Amino acid sequence: MKFDKPAEANPIDRMQVVGRAHPRIEGPLKTTGTAPYAYEHHDVVTNPAYGAIVGSAIGKGRIASMTLAEAERAPGVLAVVTAENAGKLGKGKFNTAKLLGGPDIDHYHQAIAVVVAETFEQATAAAALIRVEYAPADGRFDLEEALKTAPLAKDPNSPEKDAPPESRTGDFEQAFAQAPVKLDELYTTPDQSHSMMEPHASIAAWNGDKLTVWTSNQMIDWGRTDLATTLGVPKENVRFVSPYIGGGFGCKLFLRSDAVMAALGAKAAGRPVRVALPRPFIPNNTTHRPATRQRIRIGAGADGRIIAIAHESGSGDLPDGQPETATNQTRLLYAGPNRLTSMRLAVMDLPEGNAMRAPGEAPGMMALEIAMDELAERLSLDPVELRVRNDTQVDPEKPDRPFSRRNLVRCLREGAERFGWTRRSATPGAVRDGHWLVGMGTAAAFRNNLLVPSGARVKLGRDGLVIVETDMTDIGTGSYTIIAQTAAEMMGVDIGRVVVRLGDSAFPVSSGSGGQFGANCSTSGVYAACVKLREAVALRLGINSAEATFSDGQVMSGNRSAKLADAVGEGELVAEDKMEWGGLDKSYQQSTFGAHFVEAAVDSFTGEVRIRRMLAVCAAGRILNPTTARSQVIGAMTMGAGAALMEELAVDKRRGFFVNHDLAGYEVPVHADIPHQEVIFLEEADDKVSPMKAKGVAELGICGVAAAVANAVYNATGVRVRNYPITLDKHLNRLPGVS
Amino acid sequence: MPKPVKLEVSRRRLLAAGTATAMAGVVPGAQAQPHPSRQKPSQRPTGVSFEVNGKPRSLQVDNRTTLLDALRENLSLTGTKKGCDHGQCGACTVIVNGVRINSCLTLAVMHEGDRITTIEGLGQPEQLHPMQAAFVKHDGYQCGYCTPGQICSAVAVLDEIKAGIPSHVSPDLTAPPELTNAELRERMSGNICRCGAYSNIAEAIAEVAGSST
Repeated sequence: MKFDKPAEANPIDRMQVVGRAHPRIEGPLKTTGTAPYAYEHHDVVTNPAYGAIVGSAIGKGRIASMTLAEAERAPGVLAVVTAENAGKLGKGKFNTAKLLGGPDIDHYHQAIAVVVAETFEQATAAAALIRVEYAPADGRFDLEEALKTAPLAKDPNSPEKDAPPESRTGDFEQAFAQAPVKLDELYTTPDQSHSMMEPHASIAAWNGDKLTVWTSNQMIDWGRTDLATTLGVPKENVRFVSPYIGGGFGCKLFLRSDAVMAALGAKAAGRPVRVALPRPFIPNNTTHRPATRQRIRIGAGADGRIIAIAHESGSGDLPDGQPETATNQTRLLYAGPNRLTSMRLAVMDLPEGNAMRAPGEAPGMMALEIAMDELAERLSLDPVELRVRNDTQVDPEKPDRPFSRRNLVRCLREGAERFGWTRRSATPGAVRDGHWLVGMGTAAAFRNNLLVPSGARVKLGRDGLVIVETDMTDIGTGSYTIIAQTAAEMMGVDIGRVVVRLGDSAFPVSSGSGGQFGANCSTSGVYAACVKLREAVALRLGINSAEATFSDGQVMSGNRSAKLADAVGEGELVAEDKMEWGGLDKSYQQSTFGAHFVEAAVDSFTGEVRIRRMLAVCAAGRILNPTTARSQVIGAMTMGAGAALMEELAVDKRRGFFVNHDLAGYEVPVHADIPHQEVIFLEEADDKVSPMKAKGVAELGICGVAAAVANAVYNATGVRVRNYPITLDKHLNRLPGVS
Repeated sequence: MPKPVKLEVSRRRLLAAGTATAMAGVVPGAQAQPHPSRQKPSQRPTGVSFEVNGKPRSLQVDNRTTLLDALRENLSLTGTKKGCDHGQCGACTVIVNGVRINSCLTLAVMHEGDRITTIEGLGQPEQLHPMQAAFVKHDGYQCGYCTPGQICSAVAVLDEIKAGIPSHVSPDLTAPPELTNAELRERMSGNICRCGAYSNIAEAIAEVAGSST
């Protein structure tokens, strides 16, 4: 099915199942520990061996020599695989650095060997016996230094392939020079780690030349394709299975070393092999969100209307890597005739930078939405009012291109009212509660809606059971449940009559989970398959499918009615289709909107920040399941709180690695850090985006949160911190005197 | 003042009850444990017997095997999760002799005769423990990987409060601790949820706490 004109009324609009709060259908499995994650397929993989990965101890250089003998002689060891004995390996399309390094080393903790043994303890102990002599080389590990000579970089995801690296509208320089009120500030965001709870893990089993990998991966088809490329085997010979994923946030978008090393280890040992990355490998062996340096200039009239806006960002990555697209939202979020955005990309030798929850917008909004707060203060204008005044209903660079739906103003206004925004003191540092300095902050939320083709297969059994199969993944997002809701709505059955099977490359290729496109795209694929199944049912029952109503297990047309299950003859009725996307995203800008409100308290003696209240108001099309959607948003708000206050991978600029590479050193929010959170969804249905009329919220929820926290902290203290995270050392010596 | 708690305090419990540092001189469970073997590691497995979810289990384990790996690998009880393998995340939380511990920070051979409860022992999909049911109802999880640890911790936290053990945020160390949101959040802070379900988890625990008191 191709979606190339706005959606008309369709069975989803009934919203008997879709759009209603429903607990996760896999909830009883997850809460009893019976949902099998990647490392846990004990029932299907018997007699596995265990692999332990050795990571490079240098950031850049070469392996001069590697002595394996002691490890190979260690008790229980079955095989040791290195680049030297692994045979020729390719590199996946989505990987920047090789997943098995040697002799050249591209980054710290790059995998250089896997030791396979009978037990986990034996493999781990033997891995420590490999002796490696390195010839280290000088690397580029200092972003600030590297950006001094970094060239401009294009947005790698831009649909306009010939676009110049700088985006210009009007004449920014001249307009900015003449603007009555100006802001010109530099903001920095640090490298961040996804730190999902389940480290990457895979079990690989060969059967002749066929390979099955049980793994933890957000994008089944990408991973499967890249594993085939890496191993130099036909894609058809590789099966990827990933029914449960212990979090990803972008870190499991790609094939990683666990899957490659498990496959190589299994081949060498002649046994299925399990490999899990140790927690301390996550930041340096896998990917992270790259640090940015962002300069923002805004010129406004005395009335608060933006006349000129420029956002320039710099980030770094390994050779052939990509920029962090932190300026994306600035092209679309606020009005203003004169505009400039650009990115610079420095080639560096730190581990691979890549997508983390809302890549681009998350760090971009961290900077832009502090800048808006600063501008409001210079204009003596309320920060909510400033954003309202600069709303635009069209793409500011292409005014003939409207937003499909844009309810930013309502989000801001409703949020302000709900949060008690009028109680905020416009003068910072003015509100005290005992020894606490108290403040409120706001920020807009913005994240684009992306469209990815997505397929599904739907089966109807004689028992009336509807089975959905798609390689879509559920990384905590609620895919199982919203897909069941979609199929139940389309086929007119109770949600308990739907079985959802996900995360297997034997199923049709879906959008996968990323870029907050998963909910809308994967359910649209299920919608398409269900339309086909409805047609097949109607044909069997001799009913005109266009007029048929599917409800309560019955198919009705006029005064005719038949049982749904009666359409099934021998075996089962099967339909498969894929949702493909026409050009509606070219004629309409499709984005999601929101507003964040935060109340923070700062200890006037220690500078410690505590978040007291958080509210998000979201306008993101139809909300398919308010329960799971709300959880996505509160989770994103939590990660945003971490970005604001604690998360930072500390770079050792001399040796080239992230120093705090575990969950003790890399601090993420814990229970004590997060208050009760409120989320409001505006009632919407966006007919330009899909027949589901839904967009995503999982990344919208993180965009702007950190800035709202930063603005609340500023409102509490009067000390502006522009370098994330806002740790107490950055404002302690400037806090208002303790009286 | 409530009766002092038994002095067999695990490290986890000490962390949960930060103000209880006066007890720090006591070696955790010293009187109950045989001294770990001084043999060369890995060559000779050691026999160990304990009770898991009410069933007696006897294992031959590598002396280096953690309780976590013994549960997951030797007994195929994979409900207990490995999130960091060194006591930083709480995903491996199990209840040993009524006290929650990080099963990755303790060796299997140290648990001769112990009573171990894992997530599988609290309830099953068709027969959920009230805490499991409350997590489902309040959507106190997303990816589900930290969830068994959160639930085991939550069950034990309510018992700790009942037992009168104060925490870092208890305003009065000698008064029975109250079941406040701040108390629950403080005591649950050893269990990280990167999906960020904290606000919902707090509601799930509060509901169970409310109905059980």
